[in-house]
Amino acid sequence: MKALVVAGASLGGMNTVQSARSAGYDGPICLVDPSPVLPHDRPPLTKQVLAGEWELERARQPVADKLAEFDVDLRLGVAAESLDVAGLAVGLDDGSRLDASAVVLATGSRARSLPDATAPGTHTLRTGADCLALRGELDLRPERVVVIGAGFIGAEVAATCRSRGLEVTMLEADEVPLGRVLPGGMGAFMADLHRSGGVDVRLGARPEAILTDDHGHTSGVRLDDGEVVPARVVVVGIGAVPAVDWLAGSALSLRSPAEGGGVATDATLLAAPGVVAVGDVASWPNPLFDGEVMRVEHWENAIDQGAHAGRRVLAELDPKRWDNPGGFSSVPWFWSDQYDSKIQMVGRARPGDEPVVVSGAPGEDRFVVLYRRGGWCTAALGLNRPRDLVRARMAMSESLAWDGVASLF
Amino acid sequence: MKIVIDYDLCEANAICMAIEPSVFEVREDDNLYILDEEPPEELRPKMEEAARRCPKQAISIEG
Ligand SMILES: Cc1cc2nc3c(=O)[nH]c(=O)nc-3n(C[C@H](O)[C@H](O)[C@H](O)COP(=O)(O)OP(=O)(O)OC[C@H]3O[C@@H](n4cnc5c(N)ncnc54)[C@H](O)[C@@H]3O)c2cc1C
Ligand code: SF4
Repeated sequence: MKALVVAGASLGGMNTVQSARSAGYDGPICLVDPSPVLPHDRPPLTKQVLAGEWELERARQPVADKLAEFDVDLRLGVAAESLDVAGLAVGLDDGSRLDASAVVLATGSRARSLPDATAPGTHTLRTGADCLALRGELDLRPERVVVIGAGFIGAEVAATCRSRGLEVTMLEADEVPLGRVLPGGMGAFMADLHRSGGVDVRLGARPEAILTDDHGHTSGVRLDDGEVVPARVVVVGIGAVPAVDWLAGSALSLRSPAEGGGVATDATLLAAPGVVAVGDVASWPNPLFDGEVMRVEHWENAIDQGAHAGRRVLAELDPKRWDNPGGFSSVPWFWSDQYDSKIQMVGRARPGDEPVVVSGAPGEDRFVVLYRRGGWCTAALGLNRPRDLVRARMAMSESLAWDGVASLF
Repeated sequence: MKIVIDYDLCEANAICMAIEPSVFEVREDDNLYILDEEPPEELRPKMEEAARRCPKQAISIEG
């Protein structure tokens, strides 16, 4: 019997497996991932594990303990290299070929880097191994850490380094951080948060080169105005790109970077007959947002899409036995812990959406901003306002109508 | 069925409240309160969903 082949054993892949098993699928499952160990849960890698509060082993994926129950043929250390969409087969980098009953694409993202970011001392952060490598250098108490990029990962690394008592310089090319995620200049509070946390925040700072010493070790960053910021540890936090390179020669439709990247699927997460995409790689028209195409790089999205994708793929295997769960409608939700602050965002704003402050004010310890697009509330941003954000989210999952969400405040 | 929260882990992000507000409530003081420690059996799927989706894995279900 051919197996259900799942490429990627992180949140999206594992939750798809859990969903398929709990819906009663008892056929073979083959789960492949190039990671040598079961991928760790990622959020603690910038927070508790990097801080040294947790050992890496504690950053376990939520369903990791159930792996034995799931009865999967787990192939770690092996990557999917090609996909034959018409013949439903996956080529692996160990030279073998897996004939599949259906395929789940759950290959997530990898960290974006800079061309010269190869010297020892320069890091990106995506996996447990990346985290230990960086933590090992922080343990040596470098005089300064430079973080390139004020996105969420860079920002969390900066906050964690400060909590370890290290000096940090954060370089952000734009004048306001997070312009894409928080349009309308709302990311400015992030720069303030880090300044009050003791970070040397440089906005409009463009790194030109990562410098090395005579031993080839990282020694600093040169900016385009010629200034050199010396540092033995540099963390490149300039975002992630979907891991879809292996699908380039396949018949699947991939979105261009301008379209947000990833594997194009229909509203149900189906990329082609028998092929489903889930998590960071999936670019789908979200029915709740009237079919706006989204690709969401958030923890909870991978879990929710996994629950959906498991059922969706079973409907491909045997539509008489399993119903198609239909479109995947969701209000994306994201959190980031920095210092003692909880930043949360629900929904998805895009440039042009108008920020409306409904509680507190940016610059204060607690505030809520809603984003308005015509008659819709497309997103809510909260600092230390979890209760308000969850209420906004519950309202938005019923309807994005502006009045309904705004009336909560 | 009994709901147990590990308050050392819980960060009061209210995800569980979005799943079942009759059991989980995050109040204005930013703390999580359990409104019903022994919820009725028909809420078990919701409780399991909350346990699975809690980002801090702070919810456990006993019995
Ligand atoms: C350091 C860090 C901190 C984060 N913190 C937060 C947070 O605070 N809040 C939040 O909402 N989100 C956070 N995120 C984002 C969240 O972790 C991701 O959205 C989530 O992990 C996505 O899950 P995924 O399964 O889609 O992809 P991934 O977790 O990226 O996993 C993809 C898996 O596929 C494997 N793979 C890649 N290529 C292949 C191939 N060719 N064949 C087979 N397998 C392959 C990879 O090895 C990997 O294990 C964070 C991410 C990182 C990196
Ligand atoms: S989901 Fe988990 S962390 Fe969040 S409030 Fe509930 S128990 Fe606490």
